[in-house]
Amino acid sequence: MIKLRVNGIDHELDIDPETPLLWVLRDTLNLTGTKYGCGIAQCGACTVHLNGQAVRSCKTTLGQAANFDVVTIEGLSEHRDHPVQQAWIEQDVPQCGYCQSGQIMAVVALLKQKSNPTDEDIDRYITNICRCGTYPQIRRAVHEAARKWRS
Amino acid sequence: MTDLDRRRFLQVSITAAGGMMLSLHLPPVVANTNAGSAAGSVEVGAWLVIDPDNTVTIRVAQSEMGQGVLTSLAMIIAEELEVDWRQVRAEYADVNRHLRGGRVYGRMLTGGSSAVRHSMPYLRMAGAEARERLIKAAAESWNLAPDECYADYGRVVHRATNRSVAYGEIAAAAAQVSVAGVEIKSPRDFDLLGLPTPRLDVPSKVDGSAHYSMDVRLPGMVYAAVVHCPVIGGRLLSYRFNVVRNRPGVRQAVRLDHGVAVIADTWWQAHQAAEAMPVEWEVGDEEDFYSATEQRNFVAALDEPGIVVVNDGDAESVMDEAEKSIESDYSVPYLAHACMEPLNCTVVVHADHAEAWVGTQDPEAAVAAVAEVAGLDAAQVTLHNYLLGGGFGRRAHTDYVREATMIAQAYRGVPVQMIWSREEDSRSGRYRPMAAVRFKAGFDLGGKLIAYINHSVTHSIQQDSGGSGIVGGVDPFSIDGLTDMPYYVPNKRISHRIRNTHLTSWFWRSVGHSQNAFAMECFVDEMASAAGTDPVAFRRQYLAGRPKLREVLAELAEKARWGRAMPHGSAQGLALHESFGTICGQVAEVTVSEQGQLSVDRIVTVVDCGNLVNPMTARQQIESGIVFGLTAALYGKLTFEDGELVETNFDQYRMIKLRDMPELDTHFSLSRGDEWGGLGEPGTPPVAAAVCNALFKITKRRIRALPIADYYLRRA
Repeated sequence: MIKLRVNGIDHELDIDPETPLLWVLRDTLNLTGTKYGCGIAQCGACTVHLNGQAVRSCKTTLGQAANFDVVTIEGLSEHRDHPVQQAWIEQDVPQCGYCQSGQIMAVVALLKQKSNPTDEDIDRYITNICRCGTYPQIRRAVHEAARKWRS
Repeated sequence: MTDLDRRRFLQVSITAAGGMMLSLHLPPVVANTNAGSAAGSVEVGAWLVIDPDNTVTIRVAQSEMGQGVLTSLAMIIAEELEVDWRQVRAEYADVNRHLRGGRVYGRMLTGGSSAVRHSMPYLRMAGAEARERLIKAAAESWNLAPDECYADYGRVVHRATNRSVAYGEIAAAAAQVSVAGVEIKSPRDFDLLGLPTPRLDVPSKVDGSAHYSMDVRLPGMVYAAVVHCPVIGGRLLSYRFNVVRNRPGVRQAVRLDHGVAVIADTWWQAHQAAEAMPVEWEVGDEEDFYSATEQRNFVAALDEPGIVVVNDGDAESVMDEAEKSIESDYSVPYLAHACMEPLNCTVVVHADHAEAWVGTQDPEAAVAAVAEVAGLDAAQVTLHNYLLGGGFGRRAHTDYVREATMIAQAYRGVPVQMIWSREEDSRSGRYRPMAAVRFKAGFDLGGKLIAYINHSVTHSIQQDSGGSGIVGGVDPFSIDGLTDMPYYVPNKRISHRIRNTHLTSWFWRSVGHSQNAFAMECFVDEMASAAGTDPVAFRRQYLAGRPKLREVLAELAEKARWGRAMPHGSAQGLALHESFGTICGQVAEVTVSEQGQLSVDRIVTVVDCGNLVNPMTARQQIESGIVFGLTAALYGKLTFEDGELVETNFDQYRMIKLRDMPELDTHFSLSRGDEWGGLGEPGTPPVAAAVCNALFKITKRRIRALPIADYYLRRA
């Protein structure tokens, strides 16, 4: 049995500890907001937080995550009112939307480290792929979210 | 409220307050029955449902894959319905009802940048008919004639007394009346169309609640992973399921024509087992397939004759007598769509019924595919469409639906969710065709263009699809943007030749335009150079008969400040292309560093699509198309070595990221009329040429084969 805390809820799981966290979240815990895109930590669609740090859950095993506090997009806020989510809505960021859970989780982690990121910071830290090309909206929304969060 | 006041009010209420959310009826996880089941909800025609609280649910027959159709198509009906937009929701039209009811939703295919273009007339009529029924029902309840009443903002109003009734109160009566001779509004009277309107699906896409087909969870559902032959076209000889069958969760292996599936309790278990299972393949000559060699073969095949499609004047003789002539060959590789959501489909097959949950651009074809594989009639298939995690044409194919059905057929009575790993998705074929394009241009003594010869060799999508779409020996999609080239030349000869390999091709955002605009617009710069003319001046000169293109060109030159001094190592390049009823011109500003590092700094775009439904999503679509085209121009290439694909995942198949993004400066120059050009694709075609034309100014070398990453760039 492996103990895993996700979005504040404790789970006891009888699963191979080598299983990627992504598939535990999606298939066992039915938290489908975290997405599978590449499986090799390239695209970032599977980004979640371990103790507030952004990780790619497709290359994080259940065993590695076991002692951390896991937060997924579903646990980011109660009423989609986290400043990053609000900025995402105001800037009308998502298109197909598939990568956006990961984008948002990556941005939240960035803003925890840097409350007022420069464009260069955003370029360096947000390496998630968006095939729809929502990057201009993402950039605007990150700055907007930073403003909201500081105030 | 005057029209202008109301328009302003709408604008304010829509664009202010990001907190205002329009909830979207998402396809529920299990059932996808249309609305109308809530107490008192009434359907007024197949396209919309009105609730007692005046909420209007509008059905959208096209698939949402990021282009914003759930919003824009709902806006079209809402415009005619005269309803308060804040009370509008959207949901998918039900394909099962569509098929049972004599195709009540017109056409359900999503592709060809056609959602607005194609359905505008009948969506307006659907909204207008519902409006007139509501008016008639209200008038009858007041013992008045319908023409004494009008609809306004979700209410029917008696003109003389201002007495009014809300739609929700008369919807039941409206559902019972019929109307004839309904007239749609004049575009002059539009309140909603043309206003920047936030997308209805956005809130669900920021908290993980939006459901894609991979998120389907059904009682008792199992998962399937597939391994396909690494050489496309190879066949499965044997596999040793015994080696993996005792792994936890593993249930069964299923033999497929070109692969093998493993079914397990979770996808990870299925995937691990499928990867570990020993498999023997039979591969034929395709083992010797090298894409680099093949691309050279495509260019060499330009020497072979083709079918002449356009023959104006006498291009051959005039070319021979020309004072000066130039000739160039262009070529492009195969490309994958690489939708962010790898292809997947969930199916359960019973003896007399099958049910499928899938994100598809072509629900009708998906129903037919399930029925065929399961040996059922279409009427015995229920299909639930979902939000698409990217489409770009790929999800208009049904290969993944077929494969999922084959697997479910072998595991009857249990819902099976088949997910292709990213690698299998990449290896699944249905690529943007490889193509080679040759141009010759002849000029007279004064530098005037007098002869033009164009020949192309392209892998035909239509031939891969059975050949019924081939017209006179030519696949029309292969010559998009070549035969309708807009520049006037008195002597013009355009021909084409089909050349297919064992790979399979498919529609990829902007289809033939994606490669042909690159070749064409690069060669136009070559012609301008040969004529000793500036690229903008040259285009203007030969676009004499095409005022709309000239207008976009003029606006683009102005917006980009064409010809202004650029720093050393930087330059502007331009391209102009019409596709899907929309003209798109772009100026790319690029820099090559001392070390040969390329950066695309800015792309200025001017678009004429006639009119806009939703300026917000219109801009997003053009810019999305630019990113898609720029990714292909800079990095896009599928390499096959010994028949096997090299770029199976994003570590090799490189995508543009935030740090690579140019500044995008997008403008609409609308010629109005009653034209509603497409927007999903027209942003894509010109990008490669704009960037390559700029690079020529810096390097003095022409890039005639994509991607640009294959070139060593150096300032001249």
